[in-house]
Amino acid sequence: MDVIITISLLAILVLYLGLFKAAKALLPVTLVGLLVALGLTFNHWDLANNTKSIFSGMLLFNNFSVAFSALAIISTFLILMLSKDYFERISANVAEYYTIILFALTGIIIIASYHNLSMLFIGIEIMSVSLYILTGIKKRDYASNEAALKYFLMGAFSTGFLLFGITLLYGASGSFDLTEIRNYVASSEEISPIFYAGILLSIIGLCFKAGAAPFHFWTPDVYEGAPTLITAFMSTVVKTAVFAAFLRLFYISLSSVTLQEFWVPVLVVLASLSLLIGNITAVYQQHFKRMLAYSSISHVGYLLFALIALSSASDSAVFLYAAAYTIASIIAFAALMVVQKQVGNDSFDNFNGLGRKNPLLALTLTISMLSLAGIPLTAGFIGKFMMFTGALSTYHTALTVFAVLNAIVGVFYYLRVVVAMYFKDAERNELAVPVYFKIVLVVSTLATIIIGVYPGFIADLI
Amino acid sequence: MESITNSIQGVPLNHYILFCAILFSIGVMGVLIRRNAIVIFMSVELMLNAVNLLLTAFSVHHGDASGQVFVFFVMALAAAEVAVGLAIIVMIYRNTSSTDINVLNRLKW
Repeated sequence: MDVIITISLLAILVLYLGLFKAAKALLPVTLVGLLVALGLTFNHWDLANNTKSIFSGMLLFNNFSVAFSALAIISTFLILMLSKDYFERISANVAEYYTIILFALTGIIIIASYHNLSMLFIGIEIMSVSLYILTGIKKRDYASNEAALKYFLMGAFSTGFLLFGITLLYGASGSFDLTEIRNYVASSEEISPIFYAGILLSIIGLCFKAGAAPFHFWTPDVYEGAPTLITAFMSTVVKTAVFAAFLRLFYISLSSVTLQEFWVPVLVVLASLSLLIGNITAVYQQHFKRMLAYSSISHVGYLLFALIALSSASDSAVFLYAAAYTIASIIAFAALMVVQKQVGNDSFDNFNGLGRKNPLLALTLTISMLSLAGIPLTAGFIGKFMMFTGALSTYHTALTVFAVLNAIVGVFYYLRVVVAMYFKDAERNELAVPVYFKIVLVVSTLATIIIGVYPGFIADLI
Repeated sequence: MESITNSIQGVPLNHYILFCAILFSIGVMGVLIRRNAIVIFMSVELMLNAVNLLLTAFSVHHGDASGQVFVFFVMALAAAEVAVGLAIIVMIYRNTSSTDINVLNRLKW
């Protein structure tokens, strides 16, 4: 598969550039390589949508995978544009950052296109092992160390659950192939009890990776301790990829009605808990980064709606929601990086008076917060709208009402930053916003508004 | 030798499932109860090895080799994870002179 090969080779190339002290070339080469990979991804777009699986049924690169891979590559591109001069400040080994991020991206593309549970496992491991390193890459920083160890122990623990789940699914169905598992479910009169145990354990493993409550407890600590750029990568690209994997497994293999009766209630509980814990705890946060970590837990809750209301429309619902959430989060993290770098602290008070001194930064951050909160005319509203429509069409009325109430709580803490920027005055100097940041901010804001006004072109994509 | 193989194959599948589930639970309890990073790490390995054993048992039961191939993937990736994990633990030890996870309490809300 050329996209996976391109990105892996690009990673090795970047590593060699670091070896030969070509520090200036690192970022441009990475960005150009990602553009090539993006082009190759689009090349796989198939209008007839009857793609054949490749590598003896290991991967299936259909339109679903193309869309999610493209989203992952574009968001990685935007995040890496923020990395100019960032890595140099925190470590001497700059090439390794780019290499490991690219390796993580390889894993992400594998889990967006797997068609065999062994590939799901390998993809998740490639991604996670890279992330353990990235989290702890500030070797002397105490918070980074602690975050790396917590992430590593929890990640390895959850991998155990996922593996046990995969094993039980294999034990009952006799195959790792997604289609074979579906055939097993369709053909057998009585599904073996270990198959149900396998579903439960896979849900636990994947929810750990996605950070859904009650398996979320590592998220805030890890997000706070990791370097901000890596946090941005983890909370956007990685989360989207895990959901793509989640959706693929459940949509292809486990979507029969008898099975849905079993796992939908489980996911309803997980989604409500994520919404409740994410939103309520986010209200009490004093720091912007930690607030974003808790808000990411609540977004996992909304994303789980697409699985609860599983249908052929779930693909585009998850894609649209993930795109909206990713773009808005990238803006938020970009703003956070600017403030953090020049003020040194990310508590809400440090955003006071930003509206007067840095109008562009404040405006884009406002739009991103509105999008995360789900205000109409932004992408976040369309995402939430599609999630709620799906849930209502499967008669989960109580859950939808609960989610709407939680969305209102969400508005409160998202707008705190906006209030701080525009309505609180503070003596402050203008923050310098580098050109790269301005490009990312403006492009992402435009994308948020365009998706919010004309959602059709992206919603009908898959 | 023949008789040993035969008697091993005589063990019903349910016994393997039960045994591996117990082994896996011991690993889970170890992760949840122990406070030393290295012991937690060993418990995680125990969980993975319980899975490996179960995979092999299922593979023989179904007469399908893919389960055994999967075991190799699990071993290889577990080895990669060990490399990274031990590096992280060594890094922590250099900074704090301890591998007790109770020392790690700086990040709180």
